Amino acid sequence: MTSVYTAPDRFNQMALRIRAMWQGDLAWAFRHSPVAMVSFVVVVLLVSGALLAPLIAPHDPFDPATLNLMNGFTAPGTPNAFTGESFWLGTDDQGRDVFSTILFGMRISLLVGFAAVLLGMVIGVTLGLIAGYRGGWTETIIMRVADVQLTFPAILVAMLIFGIAKGFTPVEYRDQIAIWVLILAIGLSDWVQFARVVRGATLVETKKEYVQAAQLIGRSGTAIMIRHILPNVLSPVLVIATISLALAIIAEATLSFLGVGAPPTQPSLGTLIRIGQGFLFSGEWWILFFPACTLLALALSVNLLGDWLRDALNPKLR
Amino acid sequence: MSAILDIADLTVEFPTRREIFVAVDGASLTVEPGEIHGLVGESGAGKSTIGAAVMALLERPGRIAGGTIRLKNRIISGRDRAEMRSLRGSEISMIFQDPLTSLNPLFTIREQLTETITTHLSVTDAEAHERAHDLLARVGIPEPDIRLDQYPHQFSGGMRQRVVIALALCSEPDVIIADEPTTALDVSIQAQILDLIRELANERQVGVILITHDMGVIADTTDRVTVMYQGKVVETGATRLVLGKPNHPYTKSLIAAVPRPNVKLHRFPLLSYDGRATEFRIDDLARNWNKADTDSAKPLFEISGLTKRFLQKRSFIPSRRQYLVAVNNVSFDIRQGEVFGIVGESGSGKSTVARMIAGLYRADGGTILYGGQPVTGSGSLAWYRRQIQMIFQDPYSSLNPRMRVDAIVAEPALHHRLLSGKALRHRVDELLEHVGLGAAAGLKYPHEFSGGQRQRISIARALATQPRFLICDEPTSALDVSIQAQILNILKDLQEHLSLTMLFISHDLPVVRQMCDRVAVMQNGRLVEVRDAEALFASPREAYTRSLLKLMPRLDGLATEGIQDQVEA
Repeated sequence: MTSVYTAPDRFNQMALRIRAMWQGDLAWAFRHSPVAMVSFVVVVLLVSGALLAPLIAPHDPFDPATLNLMNGFTAPGTPNAFTGESFWLGTDDQGRDVFSTILFGMRISLLVGFAAVLLGMVIGVTLGLIAGYRGGWTETIIMRVADVQLTFPAILVAMLIFGIAKGFTPVEYRDQIAIWVLILAIGLSDWVQFARVVRGATLVETKKEYVQAAQLIGRSGTAIMIRHILPNVLSPVLVIATISLALAIIAEATLSFLGVGAPPTQPSLGTLIRIGQGFLFSGEWWILFFPACTLLALALSVNLLGDWLRDALNPKLR
Repeated sequence: MSAILDIADLTVEFPTRREIFVAVDGASLTVEPGEIHGLVGESGAGKSTIGAAVMALLERPGRIAGGTIRLKNRIISGRDRAEMRSLRGSEISMIFQDPLTSLNPLFTIREQLTETITTHLSVTDAEAHERAHDLLARVGIPEPDIRLDQYPHQFSGGMRQRVVIALALCSEPDVIIADEPTTALDVSIQAQILDLIRELANERQVGVILITHDMGVIADTTDRVTVMYQGKVVETGATRLVLGKPNHPYTKSLIAAVPRPNVKLHRFPLLSYDGRATEFRIDDLARNWNKADTDSAKPLFEISGLTKRFLQKRSFIPSRRQYLVAVNNVSFDIRQGEVFGIVGESGSGKSTVARMIAGLYRADGGTILYGGQPVTGSGSLAWYRRQIQMIFQDPYSSLNPRMRVDAIVAEPALHHRLLSGKALRHRVDELLEHVGLGAAAGLKYPHEFSGGQRQRISIARALATQPRFLICDEPTSALDVSIQAQILNILKDLQEHLSLTMLFISHDLPVVRQMCDRVAVMQNGRLVEVRDAEALFASPREAYTRSLLKLMPRLDGLATEGIQDQVEA
């Protein structure tokens, strides 16, 4: 109590904070989990590959000028019989480099995944907070809606929303807004679990005395929810968000595979798999195989990271 | 007589990832047949860890790093889990703190008792049932025939703890470890349970280790006592001697901090043992305080006919709804500048009254007048909320764990737009300084502080708006006794120097006697009597008050170091 305190400057403060984070419990759990570290490396590689696609992709699959139909169906690693060009992972029927389409396809998959989870999270956390804090009729209505939605498979809900949105948009805009409709469809099918978890955590926090202390000084319900309760219910949300990300990527791939998702002009991993499966039994396996592997690696490593995060944040499992 | 349980130089370690935490450091104690041996100390002293080590119930990664535990001259420490399992229950058994969770809710009492009996003793089923019946009768449960086939939820808290004791006796153990057996119970039931343990120890010649933080329990129940501090045994001996003539400075400071039921002190003596006591600076605070000039003849609060019901059973049809009447037609005044106490057992409605005055609950009937103005109706209460503040019971949940301490302390003043920017920061630093934490504490988060320090943060937060009225709802019941003494002293200082009016809620009668000018006694939502504190303690009028007072621990033999001069003054 008697020590003289000198305020650290901004730079020092940041350095201290980073060091504290590295020495914190989460970083410790990370350093002691090989699975988490490998998954993390895979995710970082894939995401940076997607982000840097225009820079590192050997071809631009969306620029018809760089395509040569003569390059179609080139097997991985072998030079094309006509042009002599060689491709790491081969080419598809139109001569597009599979490696490049995967990099660009991941951009779409990740964009849809992140944006959909963000949307689901915002809706779910907001409704969960309101349901948990207000109680009564508000809670009953919100949670019953959530229960009803849970009885439908998420993919069905997403297809429904997708179908309705498609019906309302003029044909010429459909391809342009397809991605946004996908995000909306997956996001809206995803909010329920956020709402449920946040409501439960909010019920616990609302009973604590710091919330009463805020009520006592006359803080409004909204202020209490945002300023006091929200920061205290965020750690389970983080876990669900990670696991939801993997699910959203898979949901996007499923929708695209079924032909109701990303259009062929903006192929996502799912679209690539759909294109590839037509050639699977005619010997051109690579058109399907490599996008599918990428999807698997992406979804699996994100999922494993989510599982690890859940265990690391759950004191009972430590 | 030879010791039945002999713990010698016991050391228990908990390896953590940064260091090895030594929870018990070379502790020795012995228990003789028929003896109740008290183990007392503040939280974190390692007393429960000793109990767990004897039972081989140490939580991972805890381990016994040294010393031996002998039961009837056989070494039982260092055995593997399977061997310990057969010892546990048959020769040593345990009574836990919370009777609500230590019985399995899915089985009847009969099933739980007979299962334990047949596991440990070779008896026929019929004999086991008979034993179960006898045990239940012995621990004082009326109509054991009927009660045997009931489920735990059909028993009250005190009755459940009796069943737990019966369960502990099933296997005819030589040693019983009772870990805070009465902490979760009301005072009236606490006394009965302690008497029962006392009788059973005598009758069956069982050695009992009674782990508690409550000096009253130690003084009334135990034969010998061991005082622990930070994992070490500091003093051990006959209870009378240790409490009456403590040798070790820690024991002295601990005993001096115990609230006395029989005499009112000006302040608790704080005998500093290791420099933990941090000072509280009131003078600067008092100088800058905006004291309201009010007519001190008129009461601050006039409360009449206050009623609160809680919905117990929902229904669409109003007539089918069932309510619990928590507060029933309660009326009293609170005068300017006094400390008004409300005492009662759990469920008496004392906290509900406080919450209605604080505006956290809406009253279902009656009025609360503050300085002549109603505060129960609708309309903006911002002016009123600025004037009142509250200090909560649980320092671990009353501070938002995700907010920095300076933000916590600043919030009330910021919300009421009393201060902002530099002036606010200055006020926060000042308050933290005054409550003895230092301005640097503002940059930390609540989890970096102990319970007592957190309660100081709560006090700083309550003072930020310069309130006139402070509600303290069991402010020290979650704290250790020496910390309790510090916090109570702070509250007294505040009340005197800042001419605050205070509402003090507690179930602890000695504490109420030290703190309050007038006291209201509540029972089952009704007001039993309201009187001056000294008059109430000297000559209670109502029968219920008398019975409550009778349950106060008799701390006659306690050392009076640091107290004597105040009594004479």
